[in-house]
Amino acid sequence: MPRARRRQSHALIHLVLGVGGLIMAFPFLWQIVMSLSTNAEVQSVTPTFWPAHLQWQNYAAVFQRLPFLSQLWTSVLITVIRTLAQIVLCTLAGYAFARMRFRGRAVLLGLVLSILLVPSQAYLISQYQIVQGLGWLNTLAGIVAPGLFSAYGTFLMRTAFLNLPAELEEAARIDGSGPLRTFWSVLLPVVRPSISVLAISAVLWSWNELLWPLVVSTRATQMPLSAALATLAGDVTVNYPVLMAASLLAMAPILILFILLQRRVIDGLASSGLK
Amino acid sequence: MSAVSADVSESAPAPAAPATRRKRRGVRRGDGLWPWAFVLPLLAGVLVFYIWPILQTAFYSFTTWGVFGGFKWSGLDNYSRLFTDPQLYRSLLNTVIYTAVVLLGVPIAAWLASLLNTPGLRFAQFYRVLFFLPYVAMPAAVALVWRMIFNGDYGILNWALSLFGIPGPSWVNTPGFALAAVSVVGLWSSLGFSMIVLGAGLKNIPPELYEAAELDGASRFRQFRSITLPLLAPSVFFVVVVTTIASFQLFDLLYALLGNHNAVLPKTMSLVYYFYNAGFVENDKGFAAAIAMVIFVLIGLVTLLQFRLQRRWAGNA
Repeated sequence: MPRARRRQSHALIHLVLGVGGLIMAFPFLWQIVMSLSTNAEVQSVTPTFWPAHLQWQNYAAVFQRLPFLSQLWTSVLITVIRTLAQIVLCTLAGYAFARMRFRGRAVLLGLVLSILLVPSQAYLISQYQIVQGLGWLNTLAGIVAPGLFSAYGTFLMRTAFLNLPAELEEAARIDGSGPLRTFWSVLLPVVRPSISVLAISAVLWSWNELLWPLVVSTRATQMPLSAALATLAGDVTVNYPVLMAASLLAMAPILILFILLQRRVIDGLASSGLK
Repeated sequence: MSAVSADVSESAPAPAAPATRRKRRGVRRGDGLWPWAFVLPLLAGVLVFYIWPILQTAFYSFTTWGVFGGFKWSGLDNYSRLFTDPQLYRSLLNTVIYTAVVLLGVPIAAWLASLLNTPGLRFAQFYRVLFFLPYVAMPAAVALVWRMIFNGDYGILNWALSLFGIPGPSWVNTPGFALAAVSVVGLWSSLGFSMIVLGAGLKNIPPELYEAAELDGASRFRQFRSITLPLLAPSVFFVVVVTTIASFQLFDLLYALLGNHNAVLPKTMSLVYYFYNAGFVENDKGFAAAIAMVIFVLIGLVTLLQFRLQRRWAGNA
């Protein structure tokens, strides 16, 4: 096949993907522009494609006018706590369900996995009652508690352990290491890729999730960023450029993480099909 | 001790008959208490925060709640009220429309994925990242940007439309247009996911098949119909099911794009918004529990269908 023809067809493909990619990226680019404009520029009928003066103080205003810092801190805390808890609890349970024998294993596994079939609305009201009963409304504990436990993570880790060859454990047993040692120093290192998939989906879900934090936190200072931004949506008193700056800052940690770990994130999320 | 008994059944395919019998009646002791130490922390949380709440919510759906808390058994009242409430059907219809629009992204994604799979294409990874970006971005945050884009007075979309002489509506404040706006954003945010999954599916089709078909003189269309379509079917199915289940749970985008005091909400809300509104705005927990059960059944049907069909394609998806 002549080289020129191939290059030509590639040019066409680049055109399609380039235009498509620009549409995908446009809201983010437009958001950056708006976040650096004045309120008047944002509200002009003919769009201001580039502000007359870059309004960097909009970013300072995010921290001055909104309780952004405490919300950011809440988001970071709930994400870190839930992700770590899911990794520890799901890895332990996944290992036991895959590799150990005990009475009732099949029933208990079925019970845990059955949650995967259930949409979150089917337990939300009751979770709210429990958290309310514990006096945890508007607390970090309340936002965090149900999300410490993940059926999906258990499923993921069980599958990972199931796929390991039995010889690994046998060799460790013959060497005289107990279940805990075997788990920690022989098996855990091998399932690291699955742990990273679990971590990625836990971070993403925890950072972006809206419905639960919206329900259990009503005080602006106690909310994570997702709930805080969503409640600002209908608020006309907010300055638009500041709002754009705030939402950009709220997304930024995840977007940066995504760009740094792109392959892993894409492959992990695409295989799981879960956010 | 426990190690020995586990070895017997786990590995060496020892004489069949006695081994199976031993497995049946608990002679082999398993791993003692260790499994429980591993499983219990998760199990306790799952029972308290998931299994019990599911049962309790099912029970709540048969109760009526007082304004100041407390509830009493009211049989099927909630359900009869629910099934005669036009808002249920409106919300269901809105959810179905939204899902349908988002699913329109699947063929587009398949086309883009096939372009991305072109051998030797440069910047392929860059495009992948670009298209995937909306999928990982916080819905509540991107919705605020789209709200500005869709703004009736100074949104850039209406400015672009005005260049063609089309007067744009106030998108998020007009029934019909509001749902269209939410659906477009939903399509935008899930396109990258479908593209990646379908791209992986395309990559798994052995190129020799196309070479052989080429030798046999099969046309491009014939190749697509007889090779691509059947071999890609499991991936397409996976994408459709996952997208349908996710779309049926539409809430974040709708809430943040329209704002929670929008007059257009009754005509635009999704099933999950209907649930949220009943349970946490109107504080009608029993009624909301009934809505939750309906959502549960609907999603359960989709999931069951998935399991059924996935078994047929086991290992392919």
